[in-house]
Amino acid sequence: MPPFRHFAVMVWRVLRRALSRVVPVAVGVVVIVFFLLRLVPGDPARAVLGDTATQESVDALRAQLGLDLPLWKQFVDFVLQLVTRFDTGDSLVYHESTRVLIAERAPLSLGIVAIAVIVTLLVAIPLAVIAASHKDGPLDHLIRVVPTVGLGMPTFWIGLLLIIVFAVTLKWFPVGGVGTGALEPWRSFVLPAIAVSFAAVPPLVRSLRAQLLDVMDADFVTTLRAAHIPERRIQFRHILRNAAVPSLNLFGVNVAYLIGGTLVVEKVFAINGVGMLLFNSISSRDFPVVQGVALYCAIFVVVITLAVDAISAVIDPRLRAAPSHLVTA
Amino acid sequence: MMAARSATRGSAATAEDVDVPRAGYVPFWRRALGSRSFVAGATLFGALLVVALLAPVLAPHDPSTQNLTGGLQTSSADHLLGTDQLGRDILSRLLFAARTDLRIAVTAAAFPFVFGVAVGIIAGFVGGWVDAVVSRVIDTVIAFPFYVIVIALVFAVGVGEPGIYAAFALVGWVGYARVMRASARTLRSAGWVAAARGGGLSTPRVLVRHVLPNVLPQAVVLLMTEILLIMVAVVTLGYLGLGVQPPTPDWGTMIADGQNFITTKWWLSAVPGLAIVYTGISLSLFADGLGDAWRVA
Repeated sequence: MPPFRHFAVMVWRVLRRALSRVVPVAVGVVVIVFFLLRLVPGDPARAVLGDTATQESVDALRAQLGLDLPLWKQFVDFVLQLVTRFDTGDSLVYHESTRVLIAERAPLSLGIVAIAVIVTLLVAIPLAVIAASHKDGPLDHLIRVVPTVGLGMPTFWIGLLLIIVFAVTLKWFPVGGVGTGALEPWRSFVLPAIAVSFAAVPPLVRSLRAQLLDVMDADFVTTLRAAHIPERRIQFRHILRNAAVPSLNLFGVNVAYLIGGTLVVEKVFAINGVGMLLFNSISSRDFPVVQGVALYCAIFVVVITLAVDAISAVIDPRLRAAPSHLVTA
Repeated sequence: MMAARSATRGSAATAEDVDVPRAGYVPFWRRALGSRSFVAGATLFGALLVVALLAPVLAPHDPSTQNLTGGLQTSSADHLLGTDQLGRDILSRLLFAARTDLRIAVTAAAFPFVFGVAVGIIAGFVGGWVDAVVSRVIDTVIAFPFYVIVIALVFAVGVGEPGIYAAFALVGWVGYARVMRASARTLRSAGWVAAARGGGLSTPRVLVRHVLPNVLPQAVVLLMTEILLIMVAVVTLGYLGLGVQPPTPDWGTMIADGQNFITTKWWLSAVPGLAIVYTGISLSLFADGLGDAWRVA
């Protein structure tokens, strides 16, 4: 345990580096979400209400969305609403805060993401270790061919195949929806999570394998062997730990992909999470909710990226000791 | 073709630069044909292109002709893969869908490729505030999950083909920009670049004539992967009802239509997916093969 002052300096360095990256991104995310509504060709209010709506109702909606104000005023209002209410406005359909609507459905989506993360790690790490320790052998080749096949598999289609095999034929899991028993939600999450993790495993295996091979050849590993450190200890304590950091960063990026996949796969399994909310809002042209979903997803990804940075710093002491300009993220 | 020639010239320059001994000059096609991935990928993808182009000739039926009394048939001599819920021939729809989805994917990949490569090499080579701004924009776009931002953009701009093009134009360049930026940065300090600049060449000329040919192979390899990712996204949008609109055949809408009958007629959803997997394998192999031939990762 380092003295408190050292610990504080370390935390400050990690925090400062994180903030310098997060603040510009957060500003950019808000700007993009704001302009999403302004990308709509013509009048967004007219787009929401359709061609048959009267001019009065269109004008009323314009006023409700604040579209009659000057652009800068609209942006200021948007940011104020975000800062004070963590919100992108009220849903045009449910007449409720988008934050509340998303928060109600988030547990289902996050449940799928959580299981998908576990599945991804449980599959990717052993595969990478096997591939690296049998370099250029038949097992290595087999494991390296899988991504070639997996890259072209749409997540929603894998979901459907899983339904055909494990729900329709074997009846192990529900075809869709979420049950209400004690463990029932988790059972309903298994197939969607597996479908989502299909896309995340291949790049992770590829990266981790390359890192493992790099580290295995490093001088310090030879030194450890020369010092008669047990092979198992070298593998887990030293090689895996050193190889983990770059792959961990990649995994942070992958979580963004897992979230996107989860939203899509909710449609396949009829799970009423954030994805369903997004698709329903799209069909009813509920702009504030679409903006809210995009915003909250981006915020979630940014938080995960920060967490990955922090975990990397814990695993790799070099990242917290070095001045920020020497660390290549 | 053009990319191939400039690439060989480019790799020759780098090889001399770092003083690697070269065992004679091997032309690009010799190396490409020596790569099993390239040969397999090019053959599979070429076959797909031929099938897509010849769909009107090869398809046994019109893809949109309905036969409401002959819906959901199983395989027969007349309908090799059966018919869908509206009695349309599935094989014919598969072939025509290859046409639609490939055309959209390739078209949608073009602008991001050009824009992303340009932004990437300029940012990486020029550095300074240009690079800082570009990097922050890249970080911001990446913060959105790919499908979330694409779906939101297609929704905002308008469902269907124009929306797809607009969405990928806004999002798709980021991948190239990241990779090209990193490559251009490392080239900036290379001796031969300094020599070119010292010789009085302007920055645009150094970028276009010297830096670009060196990084282009990497971008082309990435392009193959991106076409695949965009195609999977186009099919996903079709599945969600946001992409290609009926009655135009598209693998995604075919899978979505089949889902209604998943408990009894599972092949309706499974078979169009296999077409996507085939495309995926061919493009990945082709990309790997190009990478082998050009010796880029």
